Amino acid sequence: MAIISNATTIADAGSFSVGLGDMTLIKTLDVSGGANATLVHGSSSVVFDGTYGVYIIKLINVHPVDDRADFTMNFTTDGTNFNVSKQTTAIEVYNWENDSTPAFAYRDLDLANSTGEQSIAYGCGSDNDECISSIIYVFNPSSTSYTKHFLIDTQFSEGQGINFRQPVQGYCNTTTAITGVRFKFASGNIDSGTFKLYGLKDS
Amino acid sequence: MGLISNGTTLLDAGAIDSGITQGSMTLINTLTASSSANLTFSSGITSAYKEYVFHLINIHPATDTADLFIKFRDGSTAYDATHNATVWRAYHGENNTSSALEYEASEDVSQGTSGQGIAYNIGNDNDQSTSGYFHLFNPASTVFHKHFLCRMQNSHGSDLALDNYVAGYCNVTAAIDGIQFVMDSGNIDSGTIKMYGVS
Repeated sequence: MAIISNATTIADAGSFSVGLGDMTLIKTLDVSGGANATLVHGSSSVVFDGTYGVYIIKLINVHPVDDRADFTMNFTTDGTNFNVSKQTTAIEVYNWENDSTPAFAYRDLDLANSTGEQSIAYGCGSDNDECISSIIYVFNPSSTSYTKHFLIDTQFSEGQGINFRQPVQGYCNTTTAITGVRFKFASGNIDSGTFKLYGLKDS
Repeated sequence: MGLISNGTTLLDAGAIDSGITQGSMTLINTLTASSSANLTFSSGITSAYKEYVFHLINIHPATDTADLFIKFRDGSTAYDATHNATVWRAYHGENNTSSALEYEASEDVSQGTSGQGIAYNIGNDNDQSTSGYFHLFNPASTVFHKHFLCRMQNSHGSDLALDNYVAGYCNVTAAIDGIQFVMDSGNIDSGTIKMYGVS
């Protein structure tokens, strides 16, 4: 059965023909006092496989317990061990609320085929109003042919009264499919924060 | 009444079934300039969404080499919320003689209230304009800084391709409830700005 309105097919054979938007919300995590935030395929209704070619992760108002802790990210191929080898670059750009000298530089927060944590926000403050927001793209994580590219753009309130942006990019240097990601602070818990995972249709 | 097609529930009680995947970006408002002094989103920025995205498309200045500014409103009628921002950019001349990657200390802002430049020295030749995106996170929060991330591409009045990266936060705990786009000189001759809520 089809639904046709004014010569436009609205639905046909159980699927919509009209556009419903191309960015699909897969999962929202609202973390409160957690040691980490994880998004792993097959766990808690998370999809992170070949269903979508591009995944976008949004971090909104992530607030640390510890002042100026390094906020990091890592990937998994087995859902348990977050230790994928990564090759990355890192940029820092910041200015001070007191208008002291700003900075724009390549930063030694990069990784060279390291399985360790990748810094995505180095030193967020723990004052009540300080937090992290970020946009992360992960491209074709299910590929078993290519390295898995990612783009990270993080904006946060550094703990010394600094407005801080930290762009990071790189790739997981593996041909094994990536099945999940984990976020955590180098010290202390995530006091609060929202993590949203989206898939891009037809990507 | 439900509407079922080929065994799949599509509509029920007037709503799309919750099992059907819907898009996460909702168009809230579209503003189109026509010799406009500003383009202002004075409503629609609420706690309904934790992220808002503005797409700016072919914003064309009336005055050559004008800068496009964004201003924030935090509860009053004035678009003067205190903010901080960093600015860096890359450019390349059409004549291939100039190119650079640089931090723009003259354009960044520390605790400013007069708005933030997001595209600089936009040319006003008929084919010149600026386009880009602006993300604003959780503007309704009354606890956190309101962070933003922006990237704008523009045709510089001196025939350069200019790539502007602007980011920062409104250093207020009051909710941000309005956004205004304005040139530092002259009107916005034409252009479209679309505001989306991201669920």
